Amino acid sequence: MLSERDWANSVEPAELNQIVEARGANRSSLIGILQDVQRKWGWISPAAMAQIANRLQLSLVEPYSVATFYSSLRLDPPAEHEISVCMGTACHVRGAPQLLDEFQRQLGAEADETSSDGRFSLRTVRCLGCCALGPVVVVDGRYRGPVSPDEVVDTVSELEGKEG
Amino acid sequence: MARAFQDAVTRLGIERRVSLRISGCHGFCQAEPNVLVLPEGTFYANLRPEDVSEVVEAVVSGDVVQRLLFRDPRTDRSYRQWNEIPFFQSQVLRVLSLSPWVDPMSIDDYIAVGGYAGLAKAVSEMGPEGVLAEVQGSGLRGRGGAGFPTGKKWSFCSDAVADEKYVVCNADEGDPGAYMDRSVLEGNPHLVLEGMAIGGYAIGAGQGFVYVRDEYPLAVRHLEGAVRQAYERGLLGENILGTGFTFHMQVVRGAGAFVCGEETALMASIEGRRGMPRQRPPFPAQSGLWGRPTNINNVETWANVPAIVARGADWFAEVGTESSRGTKIFSLVGKVNNTGLVEVPMGMPLSEVVEIGGGVPEGKSCKAVQTGGPSGGCIPASLLDLPVDYERLAEAGSIMGSGGLVVMDEDTCMVDVARYFLEFLRDESCGKCLPCRVGIPRMLEILERIVSGQGQEDDLDRLETLGGTVQANSLCGLGQTAPNPVLSTLRHFREEYLAHIRDQACPARVCPSLIRYEVDPELCRGCDACRRACPQDAILGTLGEAPYRIREHLCVRCGACLRACRFEAISVLSGRVAEGATDE
Repeated sequence: MLSERDWANSVEPAELNQIVEARGANRSSLIGILQDVQRKWGWISPAAMAQIANRLQLSLVEPYSVATFYSSLRLDPPAEHEISVCMGTACHVRGAPQLLDEFQRQLGAEADETSSDGRFSLRTVRCLGCCALGPVVVVDGRYRGPVSPDEVVDTVSELEGKEG
Repeated sequence: MARAFQDAVTRLGIERRVSLRISGCHGFCQAEPNVLVLPEGTFYANLRPEDVSEVVEAVVSGDVVQRLLFRDPRTDRSYRQWNEIPFFQSQVLRVLSLSPWVDPMSIDDYIAVGGYAGLAKAVSEMGPEGVLAEVQGSGLRGRGGAGFPTGKKWSFCSDAVADEKYVVCNADEGDPGAYMDRSVLEGNPHLVLEGMAIGGYAIGAGQGFVYVRDEYPLAVRHLEGAVRQAYERGLLGENILGTGFTFHMQVVRGAGAFVCGEETALMASIEGRRGMPRQRPPFPAQSGLWGRPTNINNVETWANVPAIVARGADWFAEVGTESSRGTKIFSLVGKVNNTGLVEVPMGMPLSEVVEIGGGVPEGKSCKAVQTGGPSGGCIPASLLDLPVDYERLAEAGSIMGSGGLVVMDEDTCMVDVARYFLEFLRDESCGKCLPCRVGIPRMLEILERIVSGQGQEDDLDRLETLGGTVQANSLCGLGQTAPNPVLSTLRHFREEYLAHIRDQACPARVCPSLIRYEVDPELCRGCDACRRACPQDAILGTLGEAPYRIREHLCVRCGACLRACRFEAISVLSGRVAEGATDE
């Protein structure tokens, strides 16, 4: 069963309905609806999933099957700070693995995990298409590059100092 | 920067003399941010906001700001005109030619440079058969991967009988290192919409979809804006240009799955399902989206169509080779001085394309060029004279792919590159068919053994056998081409694999298990910087007492000491740390 918290903190049924209406309540709108929900609430909560399945007359497993297939759809609430390291080929040959190692060391989190204090999530992405800047790191939506491992240390301490 | 220009123009009160255009990408990423002054053609490179006033004042007075012109670091020569710069000089700009002249958010800009003339000619003069014949005659081939003849593909879909047909633009540009499609969509979205409308007309489709990668938010925004404007002008929608031709357009955002670049997976995704490929036949031309005939081309292919229709097949075929006509956009990335997008005639030697990139930084030498993304291969420097067309690249064990060219130098480990691509493909395999789902992870395990010094010589034969099996038996293009990066590096760089296995050494000094760090006692000054930087407590020494020493058994080769040392006293050696190394 879903906890009370899951239901409560995640979604406004009326607003979600608006999203479904705007996209159209049919199967081919499913991915667009999931994207819109995520843009609005930062993630797709179990409550949102249940309501989407209901509105599109799908069994609950269907939106889950789709959401778990696509890497940009998230089923966990976002951390306070989001760090994405580009792992494209151009970034790779210019030292992206060293950046990822350094982030893992600094944050105590593995790739595609959230740090134990829940403040940082460290993600890897497959080519952001700005190869000229490589190696590229996106910190809370801001693109930075080329980034050196020393700047990783600075970035993390800068963010750690910031109160959420 | 754009705001600084706007402010400067307003401050000087010269809005009537100078108009500011936020244009699409000029392709010369290394010189960004940059500004092109028209009609003079003056090109200012690597500008900073504090330079803006000076540039604007010079534009008004007709002067040139010498210090802000592009200066070639190799010859120290500076260039006033953009088209004199070597980077641009060897290019033949066609698909990219309009981007500097067009504000991507303005359909008027696009129409002013001849935009939608191709569509008008198609629907009013040529008729569907005429368009099909022109595209077939041009010899245009798909720019997204396999290079299938575009006109032929269209005719399959045109011949299919159905109440509704669709055209799709594959803008799921997933190959890492390739970003020409992003640039075209961001810089000139109407070019793609026009190409699709022409294609829809030729095939008899009334609806188009553009499937754009989720990682390209600006491309989505520009496309959606362009679609809205085209509807307002009656260039999309019902009864286009009064001819009775109806064509609708919808932009669909991807959700981060590489396999959706495969056409059947892409269609599943548009239908709102998991992006898993299916068996072909039936091909999309017979049974595509919602079971209806569907024609899918990629961004650059669609972007070539308007000019073919407007100027004719003969014009298009003027450049290129016998089997590969026209131009191709490449993204030159990796270990190259001038990163950027270049559009060149098909058939240009690969070495010349790389030369446009101004060579490899720090005086190092080019070792290989990786083409075709995870489906492609690595072409060694010794073969770089081969002309780029579909057939020649395939003969060298690679593919054209979407046009990413990743330049690699002596510091790039080819075994590591092969391992990198397999890791990518393992993560992106959809898991539907066994050869891909199981074969790729097994190949990756073997490569991980090799880079960690546990490899055996017969592993190489095993990789080749397994690679052949995955190629022959996978369901879709992802699996069928997945072994290419391994097989091509085995073919051209076998000795590098053998060095990892026999000598327990990574010649390029990349693979952490097969390198070691050493302090040069002559150069070390005992400054303590390395010891403080080391996260592993792996450096022994006392401040002021050189030389320091690295405790090899604790060192993880993270490079922190290397960057901390101001005396270049720490070097990276090829070869693993001796077994059982201790502080003694």
